[in-house]
Amino acid sequence: MTATVVKKEGPAGVAPAPTVGSHVNNYWRRVRGGDIGALPAVVMLVVLAVGFSIARPSFFTAGNLANLFTQGAAVTLIAMGLVFVLLLGEIDLSAGFASGVCAAILANTVTVLGYPWYVAVLAAVVTGVVIGVVLGLLVAKVGIPSFVVTLAGFLAFQGVVLTLMDEGANIAVRDDVLVAIANRNISPVLGWALAALAIAGYAAVQLLRHRNRSARGLVTDPIAVVAARIGGLAVVLGVAVYVLNLERSRNVLVVSLKGVPIVVPIIALLLVVWTFVLQRTSYGRHIYAVGGNAEAARRAGINVDKIRISVFVICSGMAAIGGIVAASRANSVDPNTGGSNVLLYAVGAAVIGGTSLFGGKGRVLDAVLGGAVVAVIDNGMGLMGYSSGVKFVVTGVVLLAAATIDALSRRRAAATGTR
Amino acid sequence: MSATPLLELRGIDKSFGPVQVLRDVAFAAHPGEVTALVGDNGAGKSTLVKCISGIYPTDAGEFLFDGRPVSISSPRDAAALGIEVVYQDLALCDNLDIVQNMFLGREKRSGIVLDEPTMEQMAAETLAGLSVRTVKSLRQHVSSLSGGQRQTVAIAKAVLWNSRLVILDEPTAALGVAQTAQVLELVRRLADNGLAVVLISHNMNDVFAVSDRIAALYLGQMVAQVKTTDITHSQVVELITAGRSGGLGLAGEPGSNGTGAAPADTTPGAVR
Repeated sequence: MTATVVKKEGPAGVAPAPTVGSHVNNYWRRVRGGDIGALPAVVMLVVLAVGFSIARPSFFTAGNLANLFTQGAAVTLIAMGLVFVLLLGEIDLSAGFASGVCAAILANTVTVLGYPWYVAVLAAVVTGVVIGVVLGLLVAKVGIPSFVVTLAGFLAFQGVVLTLMDEGANIAVRDDVLVAIANRNISPVLGWALAALAIAGYAAVQLLRHRNRSARGLVTDPIAVVAARIGGLAVVLGVAVYVLNLERSRNVLVVSLKGVPIVVPIIALLLVVWTFVLQRTSYGRHIYAVGGNAEAARRAGINVDKIRISVFVICSGMAAIGGIVAASRANSVDPNTGGSNVLLYAVGAAVIGGTSLFGGKGRVLDAVLGGAVVAVIDNGMGLMGYSSGVKFVVTGVVLLAAATIDALSRRRAAATGTR
Repeated sequence: MSATPLLELRGIDKSFGPVQVLRDVAFAAHPGEVTALVGDNGAGKSTLVKCISGIYPTDAGEFLFDGRPVSISSPRDAAALGIEVVYQDLALCDNLDIVQNMFLGREKRSGIVLDEPTMEQMAAETLAGLSVRTVKSLRQHVSSLSGGQRQTVAIAKAVLWNSRLVILDEPTAALGVAQTAQVLELVRRLADNGLAVVLISHNMNDVFAVSDRIAALYLGQMVAQVKTTDITHSQVVELITAGRSGGLGLAGEPGSNGTGAAPADTTPGAVR
């Protein structure tokens, strides 16, 4: 083949094997061509973390880091679901209050009706799925723009939460298991074990793929790049587990507080599962296809309506899990659970992470990275003593900036013919 | 007419509400030949293609595939028979790469996991089989390809599935001179590989360059289906614009609006 610079693969064995240098070159070319992915989120995360650490030394402590994770967990989970809807170029404005409704169902089931925690969790997730089916049917089958359907949902679900909460009273969640999700930690040893498992699993997948591809004579990434990826993950996970395993109790004699918050492996597991679904299954491929060109997908025999409904189900289902985590963290559910800034933060998280509002581009990892940025802004500005008014303004500006970057990079991609 | 046509249509009618778009259309496509389907805008070319590919149901008429009667009621039926359509607007997803596009909707899997290496190999072999040398990497996003390369990918996608009949809807409409030549060469190669190719085109140069037969639609009626060597450029133009040319085409008042014209001499598929 007439390959000059080949990114990864060329038809069997003809293209020159890429080197580490060409790999880096290519990445840089893609970034300049408008394919920036999660780069802004990573840069923003580093800049914000350094900035806040300098301004408020208390920001960069093990205790605050653990706080960050549990504070951002609910928004991150909702954002992970939103990525699916955004991939189709649709929007779900009701995800915030959908999580509120599910949390209210959870609290009612476990506290008022006295069922065990797993029944309550099941009830909450089923509620989320039902909400998703209804929204999806209205969008896909009736043909109402998702913006309007979910805006109506936004209003209606707010009312549903109020009704379920008996006009404003809040319901405590005292079940040990439910409270543990966002308030307890796994033991330091288990934390290390899970991190080791994750790294080993990732390494196995990467190396197997590398071997499989080279065995078939397909062009592969240089082994150094594969090793760098595995090493990078190992460093990130290692540092995170190490810091979270530090003692962060103010008085060790009263209570010992160390380990990875339970919610972190939950997010990690969902991240792996959804990433697998999006990248390695034909269902995921079809989501990208519908988001890129719905007509082409239809002609390829893909059931576009089914895909459209399913993403709303995933989104509302993830919102339910977000609602459960929020209820756990607050130890209670009140009429404002899932309200105020939750939805804006979740959409912001997905977009800041690099998911396009125009559809067809995005990863579940984006939601996690963007969720981290949002959590850092929220947490850091709280530590700096800014009022929530200022926090709202700053988060709004950051969301707008992310959407601007998305729109501009899309224009640049159109101009340079890459995306 | 050589042997049995791969696909033969007889007496196809199709209406959209009160508007009859196809009336008593007959059409045949032979293996190893390029059949050009010509006609003015609104003559019913696209509708006919959509009927063949199962997107529109027909109101009346029969389909013969390999001489056997078949019914095509969905795109999947058409695909199962080996009928592939390359649409004018390409039907590629910009945000997916070449391999992903070629296998869209029919991904190879092992278990529930996509089998990327197999798909990539098959895509590479197909492109090599068509002597395509213009694509740098199979993992390029389609958005980064030129018009000719996109058309190439769309055509390669169509032949990937051991298809037997490939319908190309205006494949050169948006292309420059060099790219047009490239795509036409590819079209010819498909037929030489034994496929039946139907080429829809407005461009008479393209039609005469690659086609073996020409089928002309005029206001929803098949006015002639003849060998390319038996007809001249201007006769085709007359068939397209007036529905008749000398002894070919509709009898009776030429240029009538077609609604009243009895298709007396429509002997569709008639060959001189």
